[in-house]
Amino acid sequence: MNAATQASSQPSLMSRLAASGAHQRLLAFASLIVLLVVFSVASPNFMQMSNMIAILQATSVNGVLAVAATIVIITGGIDLSVGTMMTFTAVIAGVILTYGGMPLPLGVLGAIATGALCGFCSGSFIARMKIPPFIATLGMMLILKGLSLVISGTKPIYFNGTPGFDQISRGSLIGNILPFLPIPNGVLILFIVAGAASYVLGRTVLGRYTFALGSNEEAVRLSGVNTGSWKVAIYTVSGAICGIAGILIASRLNSAQPALGQGYELEAIAAVVIGGTSLSGGRGTIIGTLIGALIMAVLTNGLRVLSVAQEWQTVVTGAIIIMAVYADMVRKKEV
Amino acid sequence: MLSRRTLLGAVAATAMVALAPLAHAEDQLYIPLISKGFQHQFWQAVKAGAEQAAKDFNVKITFEGPDNETMVDKQIDMLAAALANKPAAIGFAALDSQAAIPLLQQAADAKIPVIAFDSGVDSDIPLATATTDNVAAAGLAADKMAELIGDAGKVAVVAHDQTSRTGVDRRDGFLNRIKEKHPNIEVVTVQYGDGDQLKSTEVAKAILTANPDIKGIFATNEGSIIGTINAVTELGVKGVTIIGYDSGKVQKEAIRNGVEAGAITQNPVGIGYETVKAAVGALKGEKLPKIIDTGFYWYDKTNIDDPKIAAVLYD
Repeated sequence: MNAATQASSQPSLMSRLAASGAHQRLLAFASLIVLLVVFSVASPNFMQMSNMIAILQATSVNGVLAVAATIVIITGGIDLSVGTMMTFTAVIAGVILTYGGMPLPLGVLGAIATGALCGFCSGSFIARMKIPPFIATLGMMLILKGLSLVISGTKPIYFNGTPGFDQISRGSLIGNILPFLPIPNGVLILFIVAGAASYVLGRTVLGRYTFALGSNEEAVRLSGVNTGSWKVAIYTVSGAICGIAGILIASRLNSAQPALGQGYELEAIAAVVIGGTSLSGGRGTIIGTLIGALIMAVLTNGLRVLSVAQEWQTVVTGAIIIMAVYADMVRKKEV
Repeated sequence: MLSRRTLLGAVAATAMVALAPLAHAEDQLYIPLISKGFQHQFWQAVKAGAEQAAKDFNVKITFEGPDNETMVDKQIDMLAAALANKPAAIGFAALDSQAAIPLLQQAADAKIPVIAFDSGVDSDIPLATATTDNVAAAGLAADKMAELIGDAGKVAVVAHDQTSRTGVDRRDGFLNRIKEKHPNIEVVTVQYGDGDQLKSTEVAKAILTANPDIKGIFATNEGSIIGTINAVTELGVKGVTIIGYDSGKVQKEAIRNGVEAGAITQNPVGIGYETVKAAVGALKGEKLPKIIDTGFYWYDKTNIDDPKIAAVLYD
């Protein structure tokens, strides 16, 4: 290294970091465009408004879960309970609205608060009881799965008694204003959640500690920061976001399906990873995750529209995950 | 930089090459079937029937279902993708009929005929439902049980669940027939094993241990009967008449070697076949019956290799 680069090392590091983030997003975004083009060429039925809406609709729940998972993964943790936590909050909304007959906003708030409480528990297991995140959230996943079944009596809870509940996800505010663009509210909510999470990660103290914990937790602790409290806070926020996902899926199905949820955590994690967030923590973006979730949904939908046999759809999805992460590795070595 | 571009290019190129031939031959009518499952042998048999009908009526079908029967939202995404392909008609086995109604309505508005299969949809939209009369089929199981145990004594039921249509129909079909026609038979208990082989084993063991004088057990689906077979084998119990449902390798083996007395089989191949046939009929403007009973059979050691029976059994 010569003197000139030494002198400019500070700004150049910054610009390199910025550039790396941009690259990462660019790569994921380019893959998304490639997929869209390939499917459009391969089938005339792919690129139509109703199908694009179907893809966005399919992204909404997984996208919100993936946002929740991203925050936790950036700290170097993992959350295996996002899927069943979503289900649990949906069941709680069902209890409040259908069994309790309470007004709609209470059900929504109840679900989000329940998610936050669950996240608080996971965070406490991890930060206070020193249980590794994988184990703590695996335990949570099973606890919440079981509780959903117990509370609901293993039967779906329908929201027919709460008019307007299904409109949270199925309705379209945008479509009311712009009739040619009937984007469902669920998609709108996904973008709002993603925007808010992106703001929190980029512009707030909580966001800075999220990255710092993932980069070097020990250094953060030694500099006098109460890492435990911040970690609990991060898991709590993540849990609240799962609560929003719970409302979204319950509204979309107009019912809380207590047995659903397991397996959804892996899809969320896949979206996070495709979006370029590192599983070892310290690096990641919400926009990347959003693109990752869109890639998953486009891929699934596109292969279906092309009538690819279902066995092969699964194979292709797996291959794409590996390729996406490999491409990211290649990029990292180059930068 | 270069390697990334190459990589992306390679991805795109491979995808193009792999997918291009699939950009369809558009002359055939396209009828997608959205099922409740995909990996179970039962659903594969339904698929086989649908494919046979597709060949016979010269239409193109696809057959898809979620990984398990809890994934209601995935099934709806599948239905949405199927609708995007502008199908001529749709076959649909609803996991939750309420959740699917907006999309089914969309299909109805687009004048796409919907044929339900396996389990009904609580709506007027499907023109017909191709399904097994599970109540009658379980009633036949009750009659066979009575015949085999001398029309008297204690029996029990290992059921797969207490909420689904098939679970309720098979349980009640059996119980009601016993009550009506066989007053000397006492049903001591109905236990649920979720259709899970291991859970059903535990459930059946508990029944056998608690009731040493039990004469028969009826198990309501493949997982339940495999569990019951396991329980009888592991405990070494003799002289209990067990009757199952559906087929599968383990069950067929147990019937051949006498552990299991016999079973009711649905006609999954027929369900698939009739669904596609009804869809084609609807497109021709034929009047369809609301329920298409695809039939069921009793089979045991004596007729398991009968061509008519063997055709509807799966491994």
